[in-house]
Amino acid sequence: MGVQGIGARALRKEDKRFITGKGRYTDDMVLPRMTYAAFVRSPHAHAKIKGIDASAALAMPGVEAVLTGEQLVGDGIGNLICGWMIHSKDGSPMNMGAWRALEPETVRFVGQAVAVVIADTQGQARDAADAVVVDYEELPAVVDMSAAMAPGAPQLHPEAPGNVIYDWEIGDEAATNAAFDSAAHVTRLDITNNRLVPNPMEPRAALADYDTAEEHYTLYTTSQNPHVARLVLSAFYNVAPEHKLRVIAPDVGGGFGSKIFIYPEEIVALWASKRVGRPVKWVSDRTEAFLTDAHGRDHKTEAELALDANNKITGFRVKTVANLGAYMSLFSSSVPTYLYATLLSGQYDIPNIHCNVKTVYTNTTPVDAYRGAGRPEATFLVERIIETAAREVGMSPAEFRRKNFIQAFPHQTPVIMCYDAGDYNATLDAALKAIDYDGFPARKSEAASRGKLRGLGLSCYIEACGIAPSAAVGSLGAGVGLWESAEVRVNPVGTIEVLTGSHSHGQGHETTFAQLISERFGVDTDAVSIVHGDTDKVQFGMGTYGSRSGAVGMSAIVKALDKVEAKAKKIAAHLMEASEGDIQIEGGELKVAGTDKKLSFTEVALAAYTAHNLPEGMEPGLKEGAFYDPSNFTFPAGTYACEVEVDPDTGKTEIVNFVAADDFGKVINPMIVEGQVHGGLTQGIGQALLENAAYDENGQLVTASYMDYAMPRADDVPSYNLLTTETICPGNPLGMKGCGEAGAIGSPPAVINAITDAIGNNHLSMPATAEKVWLAAQPGLSQAAE
Amino acid sequence: MMSKVTMRLNGKTVSADVEDRTLLVHFIRETQGLTGTHVGCDTSQCGACVVHVDGKAVKSCTMLAAQADGSDVLTVEGLANGDELHPVQAAFRENHGLQCGFCTPGMIMTAVDMIERHGAKLDEKTIRHELEGNICRCTGYHNIVKAIKAASDQMAGMKTATE
Ligand code: FES
Ligand code: FES
Repeated sequence: MGVQGIGARALRKEDKRFITGKGRYTDDMVLPRMTYAAFVRSPHAHAKIKGIDASAALAMPGVEAVLTGEQLVGDGIGNLICGWMIHSKDGSPMNMGAWRALEPETVRFVGQAVAVVIADTQGQARDAADAVVVDYEELPAVVDMSAAMAPGAPQLHPEAPGNVIYDWEIGDEAATNAAFDSAAHVTRLDITNNRLVPNPMEPRAALADYDTAEEHYTLYTTSQNPHVARLVLSAFYNVAPEHKLRVIAPDVGGGFGSKIFIYPEEIVALWASKRVGRPVKWVSDRTEAFLTDAHGRDHKTEAELALDANNKITGFRVKTVANLGAYMSLFSSSVPTYLYATLLSGQYDIPNIHCNVKTVYTNTTPVDAYRGAGRPEATFLVERIIETAAREVGMSPAEFRRKNFIQAFPHQTPVIMCYDAGDYNATLDAALKAIDYDGFPARKSEAASRGKLRGLGLSCYIEACGIAPSAAVGSLGAGVGLWESAEVRVNPVGTIEVLTGSHSHGQGHETTFAQLISERFGVDTDAVSIVHGDTDKVQFGMGTYGSRSGAVGMSAIVKALDKVEAKAKKIAAHLMEASEGDIQIEGGELKVAGTDKKLSFTEVALAAYTAHNLPEGMEPGLKEGAFYDPSNFTFPAGTYACEVEVDPDTGKTEIVNFVAADDFGKVINPMIVEGQVHGGLTQGIGQALLENAAYDENGQLVTASYMDYAMPRADDVPSYNLLTTETICPGNPLGMKGCGEAGAIGSPPAVINAITDAIGNNHLSMPATAEKVWLAAQPGLSQAAE
Repeated sequence: MMSKVTMRLNGKTVSADVEDRTLLVHFIRETQGLTGTHVGCDTSQCGACVVHVDGKAVKSCTMLAAQADGSDVLTVEGLANGDELHPVQAAFRENHGLQCGFCTPGMIMTAVDMIERHGAKLDEKTIRHELEGNICRCTGYHNIVKAIKAASDQMAGMKTATE
């Protein structure tokens, strides 16, 4: 591939295996004597288990075992944990109910596992699972958040009276109330952020193998963070000590947050492989994925924005209720709090903010981080209320935003975050120009002449990536540190292996990370390989989520490279009898400045390993590791502009133009970054127009397949018009901010602002289906579409 | 019930005794060990499993292996000519038409069929419409559409050149 450094649109090194069918995903792995697991799942949203009769199942062909929650608890397997402690405003810790990998007593959502069948083939396991008879006593279920908090509601967990998990707040309530007391104008908005199902195309899977001689487990699994999985499986679920447990996340077919968490099925597969003495494979089918992958979003919010007489924002008051489902998933508690309310200042200088968040249990699938995790909810709220306020006071939405933008950095918001760098006018200007904002009225009247309603919506998003630093998140309740690790191994022949704690499940790390090495040492990217996803090969690392692999993961690599470079220079200086300060690395060679003396990178590497002539006291070898703990979050930001045409006869919305102007700081591979934005935008547009996880009042998920859950398809979305501006992030050595979630965070409000602009009715909830849009566009039915 | 199924798979005759209920996708993946063809859903909606049966794109999860008895089946593994990628494979790489790669084999097999059926240069609208049976969660389709367009332009050019 040649030398391809920072900024090159390098084609991906990993592509060849995927386009030729040679990718290796968990379900592609086969082990000798492998068995298959099929789970027996609750058909009820809330029920007591009175008995389980497995006798018929056990008599079926190929069945090795039927295992239940009682056995699991008896074997000392620990309950599932939530890794972020949140305290209510009265100081009390969150009210967490027990979640067992197989439930022995009370099921609390449809799809919860109560038993597992292990059999020779997948067909046999599934047939036998159908034959396990579970005697349930149905209990009343509650699905709606407000209903769950109402007096007399069915109670899910004895630990959480009234189904409230915590009642948390951030910001200065008194100061915010005072801002409202003296406001010239107050804008009010009620917002629902619809529940979504992440739906990576590869369903979750696990293949567990217990070695009786070594008392050692190997787990192949669809994980975004195999080391975190090993830690949690070991420390909390008591599967095995860490050195007796190897977790491998091979090729993983998308994650979007849903593969961060350690789910019951992985725990059970490991435990069952020891129980039956054979490898156990479990592969989720799509229905199971809908029922058991952690869902995303699901907020209800009442918000108010206070303006002074000059249309400057003086206060923002927010009350949110977030549905966490039937159990607290691994990072669920942090999503509607520190990943949400800390972003409520948006791109704006808002002196007073107060936000109250209540989280509740309901008889639904657990909810956790999904692409953006809290930040899309914040952005949707902020950008909808900003647009609404601009319309109410009769200002252009662009000018209203500009008037309230933060102009100077660093900027401390009233909700913890200190924004380090940005230029919000630059992305706004770029987006307005690209969408031809000034030409919109002409396009609107042209569309009207064709009987179409045309609208334009903006969204100026900000997000916080590379969640950090460890000490800060620790003080806010995180149970883990959020650093990253790297090791750079220069081989004796000068090729380079980089072992990273980050994990790629579509992000293209094998290419981007190699570009960094190519840039630093001038070596061919083909001489670099990136090793990740295997706890036996790679040192402990934190994995990939929250757009952290660039800003945090690559920063760790930079630190390791600094050490390698320093040692290589010492060796080169010694060999060429020059002073270390005169050595420069250029084009794969170490040169003595101002002379024609030089050594190739390979010669220096070989010298490090032959160790025949090293500087006095130097250890042989050329291999360095590093841990990087960021000093702050990073703050990608941008402006999205969406133009739509609505057909008033059918309510169908067509996105006719979508411009995304992003500031991601330094970009390593623009091609890959654009791909991340395309994917994020489509997920955001999916949320805005199509996707919704709907339950009936009994707690049945009525959208549990691709027939009922509308995934965005190719003709639902347009081709996108992407632009970037650049302010360098001062917090990390490469100046990167992260790009993985921006599209999903910024796009929903742009779409809804555009549709509400087109139809002249601000009351429209997501997903804005044709039916809802048609209703909202009818004069006299203004509230009907909520 | 077991029965013997024989087919030509990527140009090679293969044969196995399988349970009657075995789907073509499981015959390909499990019986034959060709894991490039993927399973992404259980309602025949996602297209991760698309292969060609007797020259036509088929969702291999909608068909029993026994129904493909005697057929000529082509999977993503059989598409390249030795080391030489099929133009659609090459175009997916050159246009960054894949991220996690899970939908990719089905997308590529659908695209090859689409180009063959339409014969001429494809436009964006047709490509998007033709992709209605294939879901990708990663790419947002933008670069998949670009890749298919580039491949169809190139293949139209190759056709003219040989005419
Ligand atoms: S697996 Fe065949 S269409 Fe989804
Ligand atoms: S590339 Fe991941 S689903 Fe298409």
